[in-house]
Amino acid sequence: MDFLFNEYILSMIVYCGVNIILAVSLNLVNGFTGQFSIGHAGFMAIGAYLSAYLGMNFHTPFILNTILGGLASAAAGYAVGLPSLRLKGDYLAIVTLGFGEIIRVVLLNIDAVGGARGMYGIPKDGGFFWTYGWAVATIFIISQLMRSTHGRAFLAVREDEIAAEAMGINTTKYKVRAFVISSFFAGIAGALFAHYLCYLNPSSFGFMKSIDVVVMVVLGGMGSITGSVIAACIITLLPEALRPLQEITKIDFRMVIYSLTLIILMLTRPKGLFGNLELSDLWKKYVKRHS
Amino acid sequence: MLNGTHNKEVLIDADKVTIKFGGLTAVSEFTNKIVSGELVGLIGPNGAGKTTLFNMLTGVYKPTSGVIKFCGTDTLKFKPYELSQKGISRTFQNIRLFKELSVLDNIRIAAHQHTSYSMVESLFKSPRMRREENKIKDMAFDLLKIFKLQERAYEEAGSLPYGQQRRLEILRALATEPKIMMLDEPAAGMNHSETHELMETIHKIRDQFKVTILLIEHDMKLVMGICERILVLDHGVLICEGDAKTVQKNPEVIKAYLGASYEEIIC
Repeated sequence: MDFLFNEYILSMIVYCGVNIILAVSLNLVNGFTGQFSIGHAGFMAIGAYLSAYLGMNFHTPFILNTILGGLASAAAGYAVGLPSLRLKGDYLAIVTLGFGEIIRVVLLNIDAVGGARGMYGIPKDGGFFWTYGWAVATIFIISQLMRSTHGRAFLAVREDEIAAEAMGINTTKYKVRAFVISSFFAGIAGALFAHYLCYLNPSSFGFMKSIDVVVMVVLGGMGSITGSVIAACIITLLPEALRPLQEITKIDFRMVIYSLTLIILMLTRPKGLFGNLELSDLWKKYVKRHS
Repeated sequence: MLNGTHNKEVLIDADKVTIKFGGLTAVSEFTNKIVSGELVGLIGPNGAGKTTLFNMLTGVYKPTSGVIKFCGTDTLKFKPYELSQKGISRTFQNIRLFKELSVLDNIRIAAHQHTSYSMVESLFKSPRMRREENKIKDMAFDLLKIFKLQERAYEEAGSLPYGQQRRLEILRALATEPKIMMLDEPAAGMNHSETHELMETIHKIRDQFKVTILLIEHDMKLVMGICERILVLDHGVLICEGDAKTVQKNPEVIKAYLGASYEEIIC
């Protein structure tokens, strides 16, 4: 792949892949299960730092680091989810926000991982194929889950918790499951990010990173994997694509245009780009119309 | 009290069930037994505590005092989903369908508790998953046929007309394969002929699926036709119990509904 693009374009494509993993995994919690979590960057940070630390100090293989990073995030997801998923809506959002901030502040104060200076010299690994391999795995696993009775249980929790309970679904168990699976992939995304960039800083995992992922999910459409993938690419590439504009006009219009685009997209498509539809649903519609 | 019920299983055994919300006693010392195969009506004026009683029986509310047993086991320590798995199913007064999901999925979600395949199996579609999914789908279509909803299986549940949503909710409750089904005002918002038809179907469902039914109905006339036993609740107190004729003649019932007894109005 490397000979096809210059370094800059390749790095953009890899970040797209990382963001796809983040958006699709968060969609499981926010879109399919209907719980509002805004602490995804916290889970990403756990995976990133653990994987980087293992790689630097123990020289363990990359794949092992990635998976251990994911598992550590999943464990954190379980620990946070179990007590806090009794809360609903805004309250859950605030708890997850708090969790994300705690992780960032803790990392800022651990000297072993560089503290505020950040972590240098992480072994370079991963790249295009690893990132997109994991992205495909994330999409495959979550879409297969959604086609099973477990997927329907997630949706039932989103639609009506009281009715879901009355139908025999353990709503707490399914909320925690969604949270754990989602955190696992966030950890994986973090590990890929860490080993590609070779440098980590707590400020990369702040509140804004979590919000970015939420924006991807909402913009793509809550409950649409296709939407999350496309929105992840748009959100990653749009600010970069607008860079040349700054050079031409000599004024930084970049973030203004970026924000305006988001506002216009949400006004014209309030349910997100894809609503709750997938590519396969759109294809079926297209075939129906033309047959 | 009832003839020939001694050889049947007691499903619900409520003993002096009381619930208080602050100073208000919503249900007071409710004592009754429901045996398998019965079709019981629960009636009473607005605010009599009918739905509160339902919520206690299904585990949504915990009684302040008293005991509710289901098939001999105390229900108080169980959550609503555990009671559903034990065989208590219900519908809601204000429809609570999974509105954005398809009609078919609404039914399939109710069958979730009867599936045994794991999340990992769903990744590679194990034979057990295929088998169970096929079974659920067949069962769902069989159920939908009861109310002729099979042609709308892939439509959004929220897009169905009101009456069909109510019927779908009954089917969804039935899909959990319950021992007892509790219907909260199944005929609310329907006209007279629709109600009549619905009541006949409920009667049929009871016989076909061998399920015990407890139903709340606001309108006394409607339950008279199909319920063998009627319980009348007023201000949280069980004021009368018996067949349609007994209930109709009971002065307390007339008083609860009309505010005064027939004689008092005449005089």
